Amino acid sequence: MINSRKELQDLRRGLKAGLDKQTLKVLVCAGTGCIAGGSIDIYNRLSELMKEKELPYTVALEEDPHDDSIGLKKCGCHGFCEMGPLLRIDPQGWLYTKVKIEDCEEIIERTIIGGEIIERLAYHKNGEIYPKQDDIPFYKKQTRVVLEHCGHIDADSIRDYIAIGGYSAFERALFDMSGDEVVKIVKDSGLRGRGGAGFPAGIKWETVRKLQSDKKYILCNGDEGDPGAFMDRSIMEGDPHCVLEGMLIAGVATGASEGYIYVRAEYPMAVSRLKNAIKQAEDLGLIGENILGTNFSFKLHINRGAGAFVCGEETALIASIEGERGFPRVRPPLTVVKGLFGKPTVPNNVETYANIPKIINKGSDWFKSLGSPNNSGTKAFALTGNIENTGLIEVPMGTPLKEVIYSVGGGCRGGAEFKAVQIGGPSGGCLTKEHLELPLDYDSLKKVGAIIGSGGLVVMDEHTCMVEVARFFMNFTQNESCGKCVPCREGTKRMLEILERIVSGKGKEGDIEILDELADMISATALCGLGKTAPNPVKSTIQHFRDEYEAHIKGICPTGTCKKLKKIYINKDLCKGCSKCSRVCPVNAISGKIKEPFVIDQTKCIKCGACVGTCPFHAIEEV
Amino acid sequence: MNSNIDLSEVDRILQAHGHSPQAIISVLQEVQEHYHYIPREVFPYISKGLGISEAKAYSVATFYENFSLEPKGKYVIRVCDGTACHVRKSIPILERLRSELKLSEEKKTTDDLNFTVETVSCLGACGLAPVLTVNDKVYPAMTPDKVSELVKKLKEELKND
Repeated sequence: MINSRKELQDLRRGLKAGLDKQTLKVLVCAGTGCIAGGSIDIYNRLSELMKEKELPYTVALEEDPHDDSIGLKKCGCHGFCEMGPLLRIDPQGWLYTKVKIEDCEEIIERTIIGGEIIERLAYHKNGEIYPKQDDIPFYKKQTRVVLEHCGHIDADSIRDYIAIGGYSAFERALFDMSGDEVVKIVKDSGLRGRGGAGFPAGIKWETVRKLQSDKKYILCNGDEGDPGAFMDRSIMEGDPHCVLEGMLIAGVATGASEGYIYVRAEYPMAVSRLKNAIKQAEDLGLIGENILGTNFSFKLHINRGAGAFVCGEETALIASIEGERGFPRVRPPLTVVKGLFGKPTVPNNVETYANIPKIINKGSDWFKSLGSPNNSGTKAFALTGNIENTGLIEVPMGTPLKEVIYSVGGGCRGGAEFKAVQIGGPSGGCLTKEHLELPLDYDSLKKVGAIIGSGGLVVMDEHTCMVEVARFFMNFTQNESCGKCVPCREGTKRMLEILERIVSGKGKEGDIEILDELADMISATALCGLGKTAPNPVKSTIQHFRDEYEAHIKGICPTGTCKKLKKIYINKDLCKGCSKCSRVCPVNAISGKIKEPFVIDQTKCIKCGACVGTCPFHAIEEV
Repeated sequence: MNSNIDLSEVDRILQAHGHSPQAIISVLQEVQEHYHYIPREVFPYISKGLGISEAKAYSVATFYENFSLEPKGKYVIRVCDGTACHVRKSIPILERLRSELKLSEEKKTTDDLNFTVETVSCLGACGLAPVLTVNDKVYPAMTPDKVSELVKKLKEELKND
């Protein structure tokens, strides 16, 4: 337990000395992705081997240790999940990819004892070897601010966080600055909410600060519901203390004494890392009563979601914390005025809070120097879909789409042609080839009818059917519609019905126009953000790929994705009339005379494709 | 109705949350973790313990997708059908799983209560798409054939139990 600023500073100095004495650091990625690949077994094996070989290794960071040691750590997500399990060696900055348990012995012998790189485990691309993480093209073009420590420190240790300067921004806010000054710096930095809408965080803070109330709350939205987005998950798992620190600073700035973090239930690891982090901060006295001997007290709770996408909407999220169904409510009153339990509340997203300690320490000018005018800072994106390098990335606001897709992402998988990228999840829109030069920031995206959303970028190549993608998103929002308002509840249902008809080959002339009309109506009249933005994927795919919709209505899926629009037929010239196909057909749609070409009755065929694989002469073709 | 349900665990959960009505979601989550579903018998008990109406408790339990009033299988397999997994072909995986276990969109749990197959909108492991989880353990980069292998393995585990 530390009771004063000096004690915290002493602890930091001691821990930093401890960190410096760890002359070699072995960081095993323990993010959700790498754990799925077996990284915990690798960690345990390394620990076992180090013990066996009597190497001087430490797991927990010590204050002012006497001897040098090897630090063995479980760290957060590096973002390069596809190449996992990942292992980083510091201070060299080497990154080993796709590490297997069998490699552990060699890593100990050659790298940890011998100090040499094992080239086989380094990242390879086009015949080139990239031993250093920072040289890998995927990382080279990135600017990591929020994710700076993700993958570089022990994600489960407050001591590691303090050693690298953690909680120093909180300390400054608490001792050296007035609440007004903290608000001013955040406001001046131009930091906009990273959860989607991009509302300036400083203005929210200022409003809450000015309001008189017996109780105020700091709310952290970790209900990252957009399918295809996992930035917040990685931050909560990889650097949980920076989120806590950001919330504490918000508490100092606004006079709030209680905070809530709402995390979706699908992120069990994030919940456990945050719980652990809160416990550690409480034990040290950084969360609790009279923090560091001041009169500032702060309590922090974690709430787990229960599987409702709408709870990412802040008023629905608040209802959920209060123990209600997650229904959004009409605004005003705004959340900042009347939020959680009817009290003034600062609602920000995980990534927004994670930026705060850095802004306090480095100043608003530094933050503004990153990014583009009116869109300062960086943005983390989850780059997924049909792309070569899948993973978590962070680039300055305003980076052109082209750079993200090609320089960082490495282009489409298998050299396929880029078709579109879905940005902003089910509330966003798609960007196409014509947008490759577009800077990715709030304002530029708004102009073309898309939003940054929470930052999911799902890349689609030439083989992706855009009508099916639109149906997929509509199906998602329809399922997740909470049912409170009619436009969203009924409107999305009707839109989905039409889309389902179109992809199953039953589209009609005029369907596109009805979709357009419904989309405008829902956007104009739905109650909350989820409903208002639900038609966006349909609207933007109609705008950019109207020809695909028209083709479907005529009975053709240009990419051959939509099963029900497929036609299976027998090539007369290749068929030898062996009857094999007719015997496997589950609906007796194939008939003919032995030794003469068989035919498929298209009215009976269910397009299951069972016949295609059985034909020994490859005579059955799909179009 | 099954009246053999042991409610002492529910008591403990209610107490841990100080019988606060706003804790309803956490209470239901913990009840579900204990029984693997929310038995209907616990509703009168929970509502009394939290001082809310039974209708309110039901309304919350049925609103959130994670809550199940039906018993689930020993192995709960959740196939991710988020955008990233969807564009990397998660549906063939789901179809194979359902056909192997003779399940469908309507019938999610096998009669012997060994397997439940559900979809989930995103597990946030998009870098490893397509993924599925078996009781929260993530299986990366799945294919229909890997799924068949997995089912075989799980069935063997059941036999050895």
